Amino acid sequence: MYLNQFLIFSAILFCIGVYGVLVRKNGVLVLMSIELILNAVNINLVAFGTFHGQAAGQVFALFVIAVAAAEVGVGLAIVLLIYRNRRSIDVSEADLLKG
Amino acid sequence: MIEQLLQVQTDSPEVAWSLIAPLVTLALGGILLITISSLIPSLKDNWFPAAFTAGTAAAAMVFVVDIWDRVSSTGPEFVVANSMSVDQYTVFVTGVICISVFLVSLLFHGYLQREGFSGPEWYVLILMSASGGVLLASAEDLIVTFIGLEILSIAVYVLASLHLRRGESQEAGFKYFLLGALSSALFLYGIALTYGATGSTRLTGISQSGLNERGLSPAVDSSMILVAMALLMVGFAFKVSAVPFHLWTPDVYEGSPSPVVAFMASAVKVAGFAGMLRVFFVGFGPYVEDWRPLLQGLAIASLVVGSLLAIAQSNVKRMLAYSSITHAGFILIGIYAAADPESRSNGGVLGAEAFLFYLLAYTIMVAGTFGVITLIGRRDDGRHSLDDYRGLFKSNPVLAVLMSALLFAQAGIPFTSGFLAKFRVIAAAAQSEAYVLAGVAMLASVVAAVLYLRIVVSMFLVDSPAEADEPDALPSGLSAFPLAGVTAVAIAVVATIALGVLPFGQEILTDAAEAMSAMR
Repeated sequence: MYLNQFLIFSAILFCIGVYGVLVRKNGVLVLMSIELILNAVNINLVAFGTFHGQAAGQVFALFVIAVAAAEVGVGLAIVLLIYRNRRSIDVSEADLLKG
Repeated sequence: MIEQLLQVQTDSPEVAWSLIAPLVTLALGGILLITISSLIPSLKDNWFPAAFTAGTAAAAMVFVVDIWDRVSSTGPEFVVANSMSVDQYTVFVTGVICISVFLVSLLFHGYLQREGFSGPEWYVLILMSASGGVLLASAEDLIVTFIGLEILSIAVYVLASLHLRRGESQEAGFKYFLLGALSSALFLYGIALTYGATGSTRLTGISQSGLNERGLSPAVDSSMILVAMALLMVGFAFKVSAVPFHLWTPDVYEGSPSPVVAFMASAVKVAGFAGMLRVFFVGFGPYVEDWRPLLQGLAIASLVVGSLLAIAQSNVKRMLAYSSITHAGFILIGIYAAADPESRSNGGVLGAEAFLFYLLAYTIMVAGTFGVITLIGRRDDGRHSLDDYRGLFKSNPVLAVLMSALLFAQAGIPFTSGFLAKFRVIAAAAQSEAYVLAGVAMLASVVAAVLYLRIVVSMFLVDSPAEADEPDALPSGLSAFPLAGVTAVAIAVVATIALGVLPFGQEILTDAAEAMSAMR
């Protein structure tokens, strides 16, 4: 296996994630797209770690997983709060603030 | 068995607790506060959480002074397995963050009582976020930088959406969260590419591999480094709301609870700038010619867009959001001048001093300004259009004068810290021969002055709308407002004028600036 294959795979995942964040209207699906980007990063980190022959890459990936869990926890809580107030999690309907 | 276990020696790094005391104090203070108030529920609703938070910030400040003296004599110290560095620059930024926490905790007290929220979680989140900011400012390893950035941000996402009755607050929190999570994901991708290109996440390791590359070593893929630097810059530019990564700022500032905005605009921005500076100065020092133009572009865009768009607004919080974008442009000029590779001895230190002074002055001004906004907001925190500020001088002359002083300081009128801050930045830009930047900065500060004057004029306008008939009219007289909040605003005004008139603290600034220039 070449390093390139992992990097290209992760770049594709990254692009799908960014596309999802920009295009998806459902709040939960936007959160999932962000997770996709973070997992692209994890693949990169592990691949680079193996390439350099160090454990640092894998360790960093573990940190990223932990932080991503915390972030998604907060994100879902906010989505839930919005759903309670408005009965909808459509991102494009969030238009109270404009200027 | 037990004897065997006791003999096992673990190979753990030594932790110099005394050097990371401010960070530990802030984090531990948060944990203690939530523990104490869950054990003794009667403490939740009175002055206790605010006083505890202010006390924690003051205790951290005491450690800051102590550590300042230590690192002044010993030079920079690397702690926790070299993953953090404590030098005068870190200590200075820590002090600024502590000042912000102190002022914001005073503002929160009256705000929470008025809005009818109880519970210490607001204060706990502020303390946690501040500890993340300190971690970000002192991180010497990209893993620690990332953790610090996330601790700083996640707590503020929650705070932004914590006003449960206002739909705007939740929307602001959600917008902030989405864009923030996206930007930290981009930031993380940048870190991964940096690690891939250099084989190290440690900032000094990254810069050393770069030096090899400049010395014709083929070890580093420099195109990957360029992409990585761009992504890291995007992550930080989002945190400090520099144009074109500012789109969230007006919405989030308008929707979030006012004292939270005071924290966001002061401590979060300061920590973002501090982290940006450390990563780029220490880690990407050899590539200064590559990233310095990025700073110039961000600075010019922030100054122009921030000052022009502010004029078109009619909501005071949105106006001040754009004004904070303009301020970010000024601070970026300070970094630009400090990164000058030609005049490392002269213009560099001048730029570093300008940057640090701007951070301090800006933190105090903006915390005070949003403090007044907090006091005026009425119940539900929704009355922030320019009309709501009409005739403030008639009903509350003291508050109107305090607000005017803070707004004049932000505009850069002489005898305030804002004037000196802007003057230093422009002087440093001229010293490092960035005349375009200096010119744009001067024009932007003139245009931005219009915005502050609009607010001041509307406060002093006599024909206040039929205030007296309204059920939630603004109470007249200073005693109607919470004492803690008024105290915080008064402290901010006094400090703003004192920093602008009295020339104290110059040696502190010079020491920190030299520590900052020595990082490269």
